[in-house]
Amino acid sequence: MRLRIFAAACVAAALALALACGSKEGHSSEIPIGEYGSLTGGIATFGISTRDASQLAIDDINKKGGVLGKQIKLYVEDDQSKPEEAATVVTKLINQDHVVAMLGQVASSHSLAAAPICQASGIPMISPSSTNPRVTQVGDYIFRVCFMDTFQGATMAHFAYDTLKAKKVAILVDVRSDYSVGLQTFFGQAYKKLGGTIVSEQSFSQGDSDFRAQLTAIKAAAPDAVYVPGYYTEAGTIVYQARELGITVPFLGSDGWDSPKLWEIGGPALNGCYFSNHYSTDDPNPIVQKFVNDYKAKYNQMPDALAALGYDAARILIDAISRAGSTDGAKIRDAIAATKDFPGVTGMITINKERNAVKSAVVLKVENGKYLLAETVKPEQVSP
Amino acid sequence: MTTFLQQLVNGLSLGSIYALIALGYTMVYGVLRLINFAHGDVYMVGAYVGYYLSRRLRGTEPSLVSAVFVMIVSMAACAILGMLIERLAYRPVRREARLTLLITAIGVSLFIENVAQLVFGPDPKFFPSLAPHADFILAGVHVTSEQLTVIVVSMLLMVLLRFFILKTRTGKAMRAVSFSLDGARLMGISTDKIIAITFAVGSALAAAAGVLIGMQIPKIDPLMGIMYGLKAFVAAVLGGIGSIPGAVLGGLLIGTSEVMVVGYLSSTYREAIAFGILILVLILRPQGLLGRVQKEKV
Repeated sequence: MRLRIFAAACVAAALALALACGSKEGHSSEIPIGEYGSLTGGIATFGISTRDASQLAIDDINKKGGVLGKQIKLYVEDDQSKPEEAATVVTKLINQDHVVAMLGQVASSHSLAAAPICQASGIPMISPSSTNPRVTQVGDYIFRVCFMDTFQGATMAHFAYDTLKAKKVAILVDVRSDYSVGLQTFFGQAYKKLGGTIVSEQSFSQGDSDFRAQLTAIKAAAPDAVYVPGYYTEAGTIVYQARELGITVPFLGSDGWDSPKLWEIGGPALNGCYFSNHYSTDDPNPIVQKFVNDYKAKYNQMPDALAALGYDAARILIDAISRAGSTDGAKIRDAIAATKDFPGVTGMITINKERNAVKSAVVLKVENGKYLLAETVKPEQVSP
Repeated sequence: MTTFLQQLVNGLSLGSIYALIALGYTMVYGVLRLINFAHGDVYMVGAYVGYYLSRRLRGTEPSLVSAVFVMIVSMAACAILGMLIERLAYRPVRREARLTLLITAIGVSLFIENVAQLVFGPDPKFFPSLAPHADFILAGVHVTSEQLTVIVVSMLLMVLLRFFILKTRTGKAMRAVSFSLDGARLMGISTDKIIAITFAVGSALAAAAGVLIGMQIPKIDPLMGIMYGLKAFVAAVLGGIGSIPGAVLGGLLIGTSEVMVVGYLSSTYREAIAFGILILVLILRPQGLLGRVQKEKV
């Protein structure tokens, strides 16, 4: 017991010391930017990719002399994959580290927990990859640099109908995931508008492993393609089982497919399948290639889409600070809102009136374990 | 019609898996009157043993020999695991109240699941192909060699089990123990040994189911045993718990009806069908389809 009290006292002392040192130090020579993300817990790889990429972008700028004659310092806090923790760490970043702007988060639920705090404190926040429409509706200080699921669904509908000439599509949706159900809706709306027919709608639940019954029903409907919005684990298994049942048409997916694991699961069964994503690592665009090479050199792995979005979010923020010529929250906000045709890794980014990014999506083709660029879809191609 | 036949094949191959697992439930229940909730997890361990073994054999071409080898080693490993569970967890509390035994079973199940997440990692793993793959198309119905293997191997194992129980001395002793534990002991049967053998055989069948599911799904994860275990349990109850042909029949029925519901109605009812059947059976025919009515002995 005594030991425990002693330990508690030590922790308290360390905390006090940390607080004393952490507050207001060297603010004059650097611009503090906050980032909150999930560095531990269930979606840790999302947070780590994003943080690594933002740091890469900031180091790059700092090497070139920084912004407004100052160096940028990134304060990173871990929300342990818990939305409620996001609110706590964001409060800390604002009140203790006095950050002038905020980067984060990937998961929409976390962004939604933190956004009202940033809004109330007048700190602009850019979410790199929260796709839920509600995030930016919180207020005029909240932005995002990724496309939304409405656009992603429409992109695939356009690709299926116009490029693949698929007039009949079956959909297999994960009924337990808002993300999957949302994409199903947006895809369906756009596809029907184009003139296509949805011949079969089947469902599954995250964690299922036997999809033969649904696939047999889909096969009976004889579609030209099958849309499976969802995550890579189920997608890989579904395609694998579909090929065994003799379904030879292409399967179409969403950005949740983007993982090396997809190929590990499905293997050659996935050849000739497509999924929508934020960018392609083999895009010849020099901005993309510079990012991919820098990231590989520093972290020794290929950057995923979340890294690319984290990189773009940081660069748009820095660009806005330099255009604002000030670290005042309202001025940075106005500069972010005025972002137009920013050449990002994930495409030309324009921020619209709703503070969402208007940008292109890519469709990748799976071929022998590689995800190759099949088509780039611009926003004007799939006008709502 | 083609679609219906295809669904039937899907259902039978899934049902065979349930049947193999259900056999373990039913056998253990027969001798100990215990619902061994850890049984589904033994099935999961069987799949993982098969997975690591086939990864070892990866350099070699998929062949029938390696597939049989993987299956036998995995069955042996799980037979030992089953005996260990019995020896360490159930034997010490065998004479206690039935509830104690049941709660011990739940504890063992949770223990195995969590150790498995620690040892194997919580991420799903993917079975490499073991046996050479082939497709058979009969009247438009696709039957993969994996599906065929599942059905044939499980039928074979069930026939072997039936022979073992009806024709061998050990099988006879097993039946005696299941008839009356104390009576069998008085007749000079080593009941501890027979119970251990029952666990070993049941667990080996579950391991076979694990390897077979790995070959056809091919995704495995540390919590895969929960749902399959529960459904196999429902299958055992449906067939009449304690009855071996009942477990097989129950497994096939549950598998087929599940696939039909998903195929013709909606996957949302997938779980509902199995547990709906459980409730109906308990209300209408508590002894199950092939079970015998047991008089409560006072």
